Amino acid sequence: MNASLLEVRDLKVHYPVRSGFLRRVNDHVRAVDGVSFSCRKGKTTGLVGESGSGKTTIGRAIIRLAPITSGSIHFDDQEITGLSKGGFFPLRKRMQMVFQDPFNSLNPRMSVFQIIAEPLEIHFPQMSKADRRKRAAELIDRVGLSATQLDRYPHEFSGGQRQRIGIARALAVEPEFIICDEPVSALDVSIQAQIVNLLQDLQQELGLTYLFIAHDLAVVEHISDDVLVMTGGKIVEQASAEAIYADPQSDYTKKLLEAVPKF
Amino acid sequence: MSLLEVNNLKIRFHGRDETVEAVKGIDFTLNEGETLAVVGESGSGKSVTALSLTRLLPPAPTCQSSGEIRLDGRDINSLSARELRKLRGKEIAYIFQEPSSSLNPVFTVGYQIAEAIKLHIPGEKDVTGRVIDALKAVGIRDAEKRYKAYPHEMSGGMQQRVMIAMALACEPRILVADEPTTALDVTIQKQIMDLLAEIRQQRKMSIVLITHNFGIVSGFADRVVVMFRGEIVEQGQTEDVLRNPQHPYTKALIACIPRLGSKQERLTTIDYESLVSS
Repeated sequence: MNASLLEVRDLKVHYPVRSGFLRRVNDHVRAVDGVSFSCRKGKTTGLVGESGSGKTTIGRAIIRLAPITSGSIHFDDQEITGLSKGGFFPLRKRMQMVFQDPFNSLNPRMSVFQIIAEPLEIHFPQMSKADRRKRAAELIDRVGLSATQLDRYPHEFSGGQRQRIGIARALAVEPEFIICDEPVSALDVSIQAQIVNLLQDLQQELGLTYLFIAHDLAVVEHISDDVLVMTGGKIVEQASAEAIYADPQSDYTKKLLEAVPKF
Repeated sequence: MSLLEVNNLKIRFHGRDETVEAVKGIDFTLNEGETLAVVGESGSGKSVTALSLTRLLPPAPTCQSSGEIRLDGRDINSLSARELRKLRGKEIAYIFQEPSSSLNPVFTVGYQIAEAIKLHIPGEKDVTGRVIDALKAVGIRDAEKRYKAYPHEMSGGMQQRVMIAMALACEPRILVADEPTTALDVTIQKQIMDLLAEIRQQRKMSIVLITHNFGIVSGFADRVVVMFRGEIVEQGQTEDVLRNPQHPYTKALIACIPRLGSKQERLTTIDYESLVSS
């Protein structure tokens, strides 16, 4: 049993619903409703569920892109929910995110170099521009693009290449933990395979821990060590990737398995 | 004679400094009541082929196409703008990938479906009733209420059902579904594909399914056409192509799909360089 890098206990994210003349809060959307799990160090935890199941909200809550209603999150044995903005800052370097849509998650007005160097400027302010350039060249090469492409802009790249740029940006600050939020669902199946392989290579080489969020069980089963199945803001099943396929327990997991095309 | 016949179709796009040959002379046919899948990656020319069937591509000089497209023996290229308008939606209808950008956000879904009916069936007295029937046919509950809903009040799966209802409202002979489930979750994908299969059964309609995923082709399409860089590299009966693919590109495209329960160390990827040189 590996030590866990991330421990989430009874996490709740509720959004208030306001209505009426006084905009009173009269209901809550329970996006995440009491979720507990852990991510083992150096392993991949897959998080599956349909749109609206709360899977993306969990990812966003961990890196504070969504407000937490209650619950605790321990990262490397440190409780992080109570941290101030400044207290959380050093952790941002250790946790990064790769987003779903490579067309919306890269600023169209920034060159590839600027995109990859921006996190370096923030987290390593002492780095010289030449060093940043060198580091960006290493990163772009590592994700399978060429350093000669650093001065190009996102629109000059295909979807799969843009996703590689997003991965290079996430890797720039040498994180330990990467949240991949549907990193391959916007891509063609053939390109999806390339990106999944790249993520696996990087994990082996750099010892990364992934939280891999997706709706496609076949991809999740392939890449994950542990799988969490979510619906309606709750985790309905958690098990190893092998067990979830061989012996699904909940009806919802069975339904998801059935939906994967077989041929 | 086939319902639809495409002969030596070529499509070129002229940019400022370069010309892209998107489709390089392809031939295929579609029979009455048949489902044909066109499989290929982004940039293979499958979507422009679909659009060219009713001449929806941009006009010359941006885009030039040549070749023959015959629907029931009529050459589509010889039709006037007026005749084309009659053809689009009535004979050949489309469903596109992204339902949220295909629907107009400022009109109710009922209004948008009614628009198609009013255009193609001028004598129709009970347009509203027909729209409600169309919504019911695609499995939307409370069709009378949902008639007045705006697209943003619906989920992606529901919006795609509305698109299907709209495409089917005028009972087209051919439905062109361009990546109908790519923007949707796997569970919703299954629902939509099941729905299309059911409607096809009821109406004996022909379908052209455009997709990059061999996974959804199996069990749905009768025949498959595989496109790579503007050319058809392989075509045949779906089961034959899936079981015994001939062209290396087809083999690679089938191999790269992750499958449940057969965990590999690495997913297979496509080696484009060897394909181009061969």
